[in-house]
Amino acid sequence: MKKIEAIIKPFKLDDVKDALNEIGIKGMTISEVKGYGRQKGHQEIYRGAEYVVDFIPKVKLEIIVDAGQAPQVVEKIRESAYTGKIGDGKIFVFPLEEVIRVRTGERGNEAI
Amino acid sequence: MNTGDIAFMLTASALVMFMTPGLALFYGGLVRSKNVLSTVMQSFICLGIVSIIWVAYGYSLAFGPDISGFIGNLHWAWLNGVGTRPGPYSDSIPSLLFCTFQLMFAVLTPALITGAFAERMKFSAFLIFTFLWSSLVYMPVCHWVWGGGWLEKMGALDFAGGTVIHINSGMAALAAALIIGKRRGWGHEIFHPNNLPATILGGGILWFGWFGFNAGSALAAGGSACLAFITTQVAAGAATLSWVFAEWILQGRPTTLGAASGALAGLVAITPAAGFVSPVSAIIIGLIAGVLCYMAVLAKSRLGYDDALDAVGVHGIGGIWGALATGLFASVTMNPHGANGLFFGNPHQFIVQAIGVGATMIYSFVVSFIILKAIDITLGLRVNIEEEVQGLDISQHSEVGYSI
Repeated sequence: MKKIEAIIKPFKLDDVKDALNEIGIKGMTISEVKGYGRQKGHQEIYRGAEYVVDFIPKVKLEIIVDAGQAPQVVEKIRESAYTGKIGDGKIFVFPLEEVIRVRTGERGNEAI
Repeated sequence: MNTGDIAFMLTASALVMFMTPGLALFYGGLVRSKNVLSTVMQSFICLGIVSIIWVAYGYSLAFGPDISGFIGNLHWAWLNGVGTRPGPYSDSIPSLLFCTFQLMFAVLTPALITGAFAERMKFSAFLIFTFLWSSLVYMPVCHWVWGGGWLEKMGALDFAGGTVIHINSGMAALAAALIIGKRRGWGHEIFHPNNLPATILGGGILWFGWFGFNAGSALAAGGSACLAFITTQVAAGAATLSWVFAEWILQGRPTTLGAASGALAGLVAITPAAGFVSPVSAIIIGLIAGVLCYMAVLAKSRLGYDDALDAVGVHGIGGIWGALATGLFASVTMNPHGANGLFFGNPHQFIVQAIGVGATMIYSFVVSFIILKAIDITLGLRVNIEEEVQGLDISQHSEVGYSI
């Protein structure tokens, strides 16, 4: 099993979700996060005072999949989150030891 | 007495009252979220303090029988003799109504100053400051201009309070910003406004209330009020545009805060001129006010004092421009009870206006400075570092503005 984390542009969330639905991904967890990478922050101006804001809003997705499906998921996220401009985000893939469904106690692939 | 005038002035008084909570929203939205309530409170509590002072002795000091052109005496303390009959200031409304209308101005003025020391003054010190400032600065200057004092006798024109309210509060704000010092983190931390929509709405409420402020200053539901009404509207509109376009050109973006600030700058500048100038002159006054106040706000960071919410840049500079502009654009064809300004062949009026500006600036700055220094030495003006970092809402009032 793999855990896939993707940091994407917030406005791309719906596209990514729909793309993953198409290939049968049944669930995900998202959070609103802030950060920066190569894309620097933005400027804000209040009554003439200019501030550079380093951290810009992003959305983080966490998806658990069977190890075999991981490359396809990664590819789908790449396609659907892509704009070609700096700041499109990153995808991380982790090995995952165990998954347990709280309600039934199922484990492993059964619980995904 | 005239029932039309009475109805109009009752309404105008309520409109001016509404400006203080409007200002609370305007300022409240501009500070960091940890200080929103303390900022709102500093405006709102003025409705309490000044109302009591006004009845006890304030109205008498400002408008009572004159002592040497400087201040009123105490014959009208506790509103003794101020009743439902017309008084010396108007034949058509009860003197009690004139007193009520003027009370709303006295409430708003110290609230304007709070923009300079927002986010760092002790609430207790603020209360004492407001009490002393109203008594020692507002009442005398109000008397000079409107209560039969020396500036009025000299012929200075101030239709609705450019000197009494705006230069007066602007100079006190400058003294306050200098004495209390910069907010912690000034120059390198981002002081994020917590709620700009509240600021814009507050600005809108101020604009709305300003019709009572300026048109009401005619003291009668007549032509003069109508003139003041339209000049108020177009000056504010012109300044909104000129501020926004100035920042668009100089800093690359037109901002909503710039629009609200510009409106306020225009309203301040037209205040002394409202009932004396033509609508076209009002547009010119407004256009210049928007650019001038924006420049003043830009200059602040270079001059290195932390006037947190720009009470000096908007009310001080806008008020000075408005009072001088009255001496340029006033015309007796618009108001036969006024005077002609420099542009209508009367340079003397401009000189009188300049004297009014200078005297008010010096008096307000010096006395405000002394009051603030005295409080700083005895009680301390500023909260300690821990309280400032924690925010004044928790440290001064044990509340939070937003629980989301």
